[in-house]
Amino acid sequence: MTRLTGGLIDRDTPLDFTFNGRSYTGFAGDTLASALMANGVDLVGRSFKYHRPRGVFAAGSEEPNALVTLREGARAEPNTRATVAELYAGLTARSQNHVGTLERDLLAVNDLLSPMFAAGFYYKTFMWPRAFWEKLYEPAIRRAAGLGALSLEPDPDAYDKGFLHCDLLVIGAGAAGLAAALTAGRAGARVILADEDFRPGGRLLSESDLLDEAPASDWVAAVHAELAALPNVRIMPRTTVFGVYDHGIYGAVERVADHLPTPGDGVRQTLWRITAKRAVLAAGAIERHIPFADNDRPGILLAGAMRAYANRWATLPGRAGAPVAVFTNGDDGHRTALDLRAKGVPLLGVVDTREHAQAFGDYEVFRGATVTGTRGRRGVTAIEITRGGKAKWHDVGALAVAGGWNPNVHLASHHRGRPVWNPDLLAFVPGADGPRGLFPAGAAAGQGGTGAALADGVRAATAALADIGVTAPEVTLPAATDFASAQAAFWHVPGKRRAWVDFQNDVTVKDITLAHNENMRSVEHLKRWTTLGMATDQGKTANISALAVMAEITGRTIPETGTTVFRPPYTGVSLSVLGGGDTGKHFRPERLTPTHDWAAAQGATFTEVGAWLRAQMFPRAGEDHWRTTVDREARAVRSAVGICDVTTLGKIDVQGTDAAEFLNRVYANMMATLKVGRVRYGLMLREDGHLYDDGTCARLGEDHFVVTTTTANAGPVYRNMEFAHQCLWPELDVQMISTTDAWAQIAVAGPKSRTLLERIVDDTDLSNEAFPFMACAELTICDGLRARLFRISFSGELAYELAVPARYGAALMARLMEAGEDLGVTPYGTEALGVLRIEKGHATGAEITGQTTASMLGLGKMVSVKKDSIGAVMSRREGLAAEARRLVGLKPVGDDAPIPAGSHLFIKGASRTLETDQGWVTSACYSPGVGSHIALGYLEHGDTRMGEVIVAANPLEGQEMAVEVVSPHFVDPEGVRLRD
Amino acid sequence: MLIPHPLLGPRDAQEFTYLGDATLLDRPDPDAPGAEAAFCDYVFLRDNPAGVHRELWFHEQGDRSWLVVTRDTVTHEILGAELVRDVRAGART
Repeated sequence: MTRLTGGLIDRDTPLDFTFNGRSYTGFAGDTLASALMANGVDLVGRSFKYHRPRGVFAAGSEEPNALVTLREGARAEPNTRATVAELYAGLTARSQNHVGTLERDLLAVNDLLSPMFAAGFYYKTFMWPRAFWEKLYEPAIRRAAGLGALSLEPDPDAYDKGFLHCDLLVIGAGAAGLAAALTAGRAGARVILADEDFRPGGRLLSESDLLDEAPASDWVAAVHAELAALPNVRIMPRTTVFGVYDHGIYGAVERVADHLPTPGDGVRQTLWRITAKRAVLAAGAIERHIPFADNDRPGILLAGAMRAYANRWATLPGRAGAPVAVFTNGDDGHRTALDLRAKGVPLLGVVDTREHAQAFGDYEVFRGATVTGTRGRRGVTAIEITRGGKAKWHDVGALAVAGGWNPNVHLASHHRGRPVWNPDLLAFVPGADGPRGLFPAGAAAGQGGTGAALADGVRAATAALADIGVTAPEVTLPAATDFASAQAAFWHVPGKRRAWVDFQNDVTVKDITLAHNENMRSVEHLKRWTTLGMATDQGKTANISALAVMAEITGRTIPETGTTVFRPPYTGVSLSVLGGGDTGKHFRPERLTPTHDWAAAQGATFTEVGAWLRAQMFPRAGEDHWRTTVDREARAVRSAVGICDVTTLGKIDVQGTDAAEFLNRVYANMMATLKVGRVRYGLMLREDGHLYDDGTCARLGEDHFVVTTTTANAGPVYRNMEFAHQCLWPELDVQMISTTDAWAQIAVAGPKSRTLLERIVDDTDLSNEAFPFMACAELTICDGLRARLFRISFSGELAYELAVPARYGAALMARLMEAGEDLGVTPYGTEALGVLRIEKGHATGAEITGQTTASMLGLGKMVSVKKDSIGAVMSRREGLAAEARRLVGLKPVGDDAPIPAGSHLFIKGASRTLETDQGWVTSACYSPGVGSHIALGYLEHGDTRMGEVIVAANPLEGQEMAVEVVSPHFVDPEGVRLRD
Repeated sequence: MLIPHPLLGPRDAQEFTYLGDATLLDRPDPDAPGAEAAFCDYVFLRDNPAGVHRELWFHEQGDRSWLVVTRDTVTHEILGAELVRDVRAGART
């Protein structure tokens, strides 16, 4: 391998790695890009559309070309930029987007067909026949033009998220960022210094500038040491601040273990939400290139990147010993020539577009010249220099291109901040309307000289601290110089051959011209038509050049043509880290009922009900079909006694001298008249008059009620009750709190339920006379345990619900099982619960959908006209009052078969249209009580159509069956059992 | 986003549930003539300003107070937050 002298690599720590299966060696401090370069590997990938050979182009996260698949197996990470992949021992990487080997990509034929693949090609070509798009064209195109592929295996690593707070967030640890952090750190402010690189210093590591006549890395090390010793400063390397959010909140990803072979026991990445009083944006600048013919070959790099590889990583692209050329439109490119010369690299010279370009040292300057072509199949071997109309070819090993620097305004434009054009810098700089509290500094603010950036970092930090009342100390900066930075507005070399603007998307100057000719006049249209600026690099090296080309075509200035603004994220953020560990069961915490473990021990299966896990059924040995289990459980309730955990129903404790009046206004039916010791079924409406929720309301005392809600609406009903109190009727003396989790509640249902309960209650008379249907009481059970007993029934049987403090729920369940063994007590789950309530015609969420009314349930008379309540006025409006659908029961006619829930109801022989639609099936089950399948549904004038045979149709699956309209109360329609 | 809770100081917006336009505080008189039309406006019609907006937020994962938050919908700047209780009390005096 070939290395130059110097560099910030640790030559005592060699690291072995493989690329496309071949073994190489780099050093600690290398990136994958620099290590490949040092091993003479310049061809690292194929381009997106034309499959052109591509090499490393940049030295940072703006890299458009060098995308590889890093690691293997489940950890394989496609489209990783080799320029930011920190080398570690055993790293494995593969190139992407080729068929066959990287060197002999069969799809390179696309390049020969390039006239066909111009901008808009897909849109224009694959129009016909239309049916071919989905099955043929799109899959073929996706295979041919993609980048890396996902492993499709679960991510094996752990991720986390965290919250940080600081006075000053400094984004970027280059010259300006370090100076800002030093200023704020010494002021005693709480500082976070975040930098995407693994080593602080930014461009100071890549330039040959001296600070106080010593290598800049010495100053960086000293500042880093001082900051690291300050307790008020947190240094976060490998951390990308990717977005600015409202009120000083910044999103950042810390790549905690991406530089390790595996994360071990730790997390791989952490998502940080940083709340900063102020921030300094010291994100530096990104160099732009100058499009010219065949400018995309490996070995053609940004000039600043070439310096970075030479100075920081002691390596260069291209054939060893071959001369290197620089193509520039300004003084900055000459720095590359000087640095390479200092490293003993042979130079062809500097091709400078300016007629009067100045030489800064002993090298040849091709003044007023341009590069007009290149050769080299897998890497540049020669360039054509044209001057005064005369062209001449020169052998080179590599070419550095310097087109000027674009301040990194990304984060500064997140809050609709519009970058403004600076005609002196020939670049957009952050505007004054960027995110509040974000202070751009250094190269990001157009102050790119080393000395200027240092001073600007201090200035920005001082201003930011002053904003929050902190006085910054004087900071003595090291002596530094700013290299000459004169520049000409030269944006691209005109020519007939393709000149790439956006390497990642294979967008050329021709494509931009074509887009313009096809009337894509706005920058936004241009981007969408050509795909310029899309994909992983988001056009960081392309956008401004494209804008300049477009300006030239239209004869407008660049600011007239437009600008590019940015949205988060600054660089790609993995979905894994956005999840931050909230995967699998952690995605949504499960709520477990107090009897969950008990039920699990009984062999119950569980079902999700909102966030809750509820016992679905309790299969016994030998029951080989779920219906067997459910039928048995339902029969046990109808014939003996069953017990079921109903804790998940919402419970709201309402107290106060005006509690009764308050509930009168919240419930559609009358509640104030409820006697102490009694329960009433209640309906709640939305203010628009539709049914909202149903449940029971128990009056435990004159000023004390317990309201139950459906499981799904436990939260929203409570929220709305607080709204009703605080926002509508604050004058009422009432307080409420959700007690859903505080009480375990067990339904005890069936003809033997009273017998069972009498065995565990202490000294309470449960006879029908003393404790009738809809009675409630606070009492004790099991020798002193406080409990609440409600005689309410969802199943239609003699039934109770018994509530005890949640921690006694499982013990109560066990006690009931023990005490009722001789009675045949049977635990039942949500499936049997559903069967029992359908048999009884009781509504759940399937009937109360938000689009239904009280009258549809046959409960229209419950909406009191004697009082105001939420939704009362609107429930009487014409459209709702005219609603004619009513809840009915449905039974199959002829052979028994399941009635598909969701089927729509039609008159026999009617066409299946919206106009003839008469309603729909809401719930269906097999009823062991009836001995056939049954269903509930809403049917036009259903209450007057008992006995009629209609059709339940499910056209989606071609199902259709004749059903008879019956009462929704399949079991005990007179309600004798529950009052017995 | 951070919401300056009048009692608890700046709180993360994730602790809150959003409801919408604070005109929901002005529930019409159900007994007044034309109540149905007034309720129609109340329930269905909202202004959707690009700019300053008074809106209701519920501190659901906090002290369970309803707040009137004044927010610029363009910039997300929060111009103030009051307890509904105080707003209602002010309206009565």
